[in-house]
Amino acid sequence: MTAPPDTALAAPVISTPWALRDKVAFVGIGTTQYGNFPETDSFGLGCDALNQALDDAGLRPSNIDGLIVNRIPSYERFAEMMGINPQYCLLTETPGRFSGVSMALATQAIATGAAKTVALVYGNNGRSVRMTYGGGDSQWSPWGMTSPGAIHAMMWRRHMHQFGTTHTDLGHVSVAFRSHACLNPVAVMHGRPITLEDHANARPICEPLKLLDYCLINDGAVAWIMTSAERAKDLRKPPVLLSGYARQDAFHYGSAPPDDFWYPSLSACRSVYDRAGLGRNDIQGLGIYDNFTPTVMFSLEGLGFCKQGESGEFVRGGTLQLGRGRWPTNTSGGHLSDSYMQGWGIIAECVRQLRHECGERQIPNAQAMQYICATNIAQSAILRRAA
Amino acid sequence: MSLETRPKPVVDNWNRPFWEAAKEHRLLIQRCTETGKCFFPPAPVSPFTGRPKWEWISASGKGELWSFVVFHQNYFAGMKDEMPYPVAMVKLPEGPFLLTNLVDMKIEDAKIGMKLSVRFAGGPQGFVLPQFGPMEA
Repeated sequence: MTAPPDTALAAPVISTPWALRDKVAFVGIGTTQYGNFPETDSFGLGCDALNQALDDAGLRPSNIDGLIVNRIPSYERFAEMMGINPQYCLLTETPGRFSGVSMALATQAIATGAAKTVALVYGNNGRSVRMTYGGGDSQWSPWGMTSPGAIHAMMWRRHMHQFGTTHTDLGHVSVAFRSHACLNPVAVMHGRPITLEDHANARPICEPLKLLDYCLINDGAVAWIMTSAERAKDLRKPPVLLSGYARQDAFHYGSAPPDDFWYPSLSACRSVYDRAGLGRNDIQGLGIYDNFTPTVMFSLEGLGFCKQGESGEFVRGGTLQLGRGRWPTNTSGGHLSDSYMQGWGIIAECVRQLRHECGERQIPNAQAMQYICATNIAQSAILRRAA
Repeated sequence: MSLETRPKPVVDNWNRPFWEAAKEHRLLIQRCTETGKCFFPPAPVSPFTGRPKWEWISASGKGELWSFVVFHQNYFAGMKDEMPYPVAMVKLPEGPFLLTNLVDMKIEDAKIGMKLSVRFAGGPQGFVLPQFGPMEA
């Protein structure tokens, strides 16, 4: 169904400076290895990631008074395991759009005094439990329609028809992120470079999308620790501030793939620049939610890096590739070539870039990074290194 | 016909009339009585007003191919014999989109924008699935 005409997505109210600008910082980051680990589970992986984040920040579990868990089945059991008795605690929904939502909730909690220091822990054992992200009963299952991949395939077929983009255009995204994975020693696809031909000749999964348009399902966990910018100054690592965050939801698609590539709601998120007080020229690199290659294109168009329909042309020539283009994106390899940690790993990589911890894949002089997530909860955030 | 082994629909209080009508080869959708606009999937209220003011209407059975995909990965045991199979996003002239299958044609002949019409060939036990094929000239 089309949007009711009175649904205004321009959201002028979020174009004003953000009340939470630079108030909250990332102070601890932890990431496990990504792979097939049947000997543990999302609890075990989450504990590992959180311990790494605590060590990174120089904190102990007793310093944590806020806890947000995601894809770990029970916040109570997780808190019990880690010996955390917070004053603020919740479990957020499973889709990857909730990584950014969780970040915003933690920021609000810290800014309002609901908690001082929040641990956000994502743990997923999707590979060892053979998670398929498809199948099961749904509105459309009698017709065989299922899986997020198919939704994006449907959108990309329409995009090609409407704007003249091609499947090859998506290859430039896959190849750029794989080249980053080859610079990241812990990326799942490290040491396995690909070419545009590999992308074109890959096994079809849900046409027009093929294997190398899909992200990598693995076991793994990511933890972030966030606290006030003031408290962050006393901790071990250079604080990375959340300068701006914008979000616009759009739920009016009648349960079918959106007919507008989320363009109106992503466009509303361009207010992130006003909110952060930073312009596009102040930003050195991007973290884009890449569950499938088309979401990268929708993100670039929606946030105005190119005009709608011109993302294919925009990504040609290595625009997203470190050392080649203006907009190095997903320098860890992203969901496509590092692992599908549902945005959690991508935001962790933005923080590490801003701390200048990325070795061979470091973006020179990274001062600010922008995160974009194209879903029915469209979001963008700008993170910056504290001066 | 492997339509019989397709996943069964999840029937609830709102979509039951849709599935009952499909057995009689009618395509039912809801129309908001305040705005005159149609919507699908079936719901307790009109999304245009939020109010329970709507009526069932028989759709024309026509549609336009808005986009389509071809599944090569199998997610449903009962559809193994149909691999690879197409799923189409069809825009009804009444407004809503349906996700459905393309039948009575080769997938190579699918063209976005082509005119389609509804078919009621069969479905999982006790149900009939509306599917779409080329509009008769």
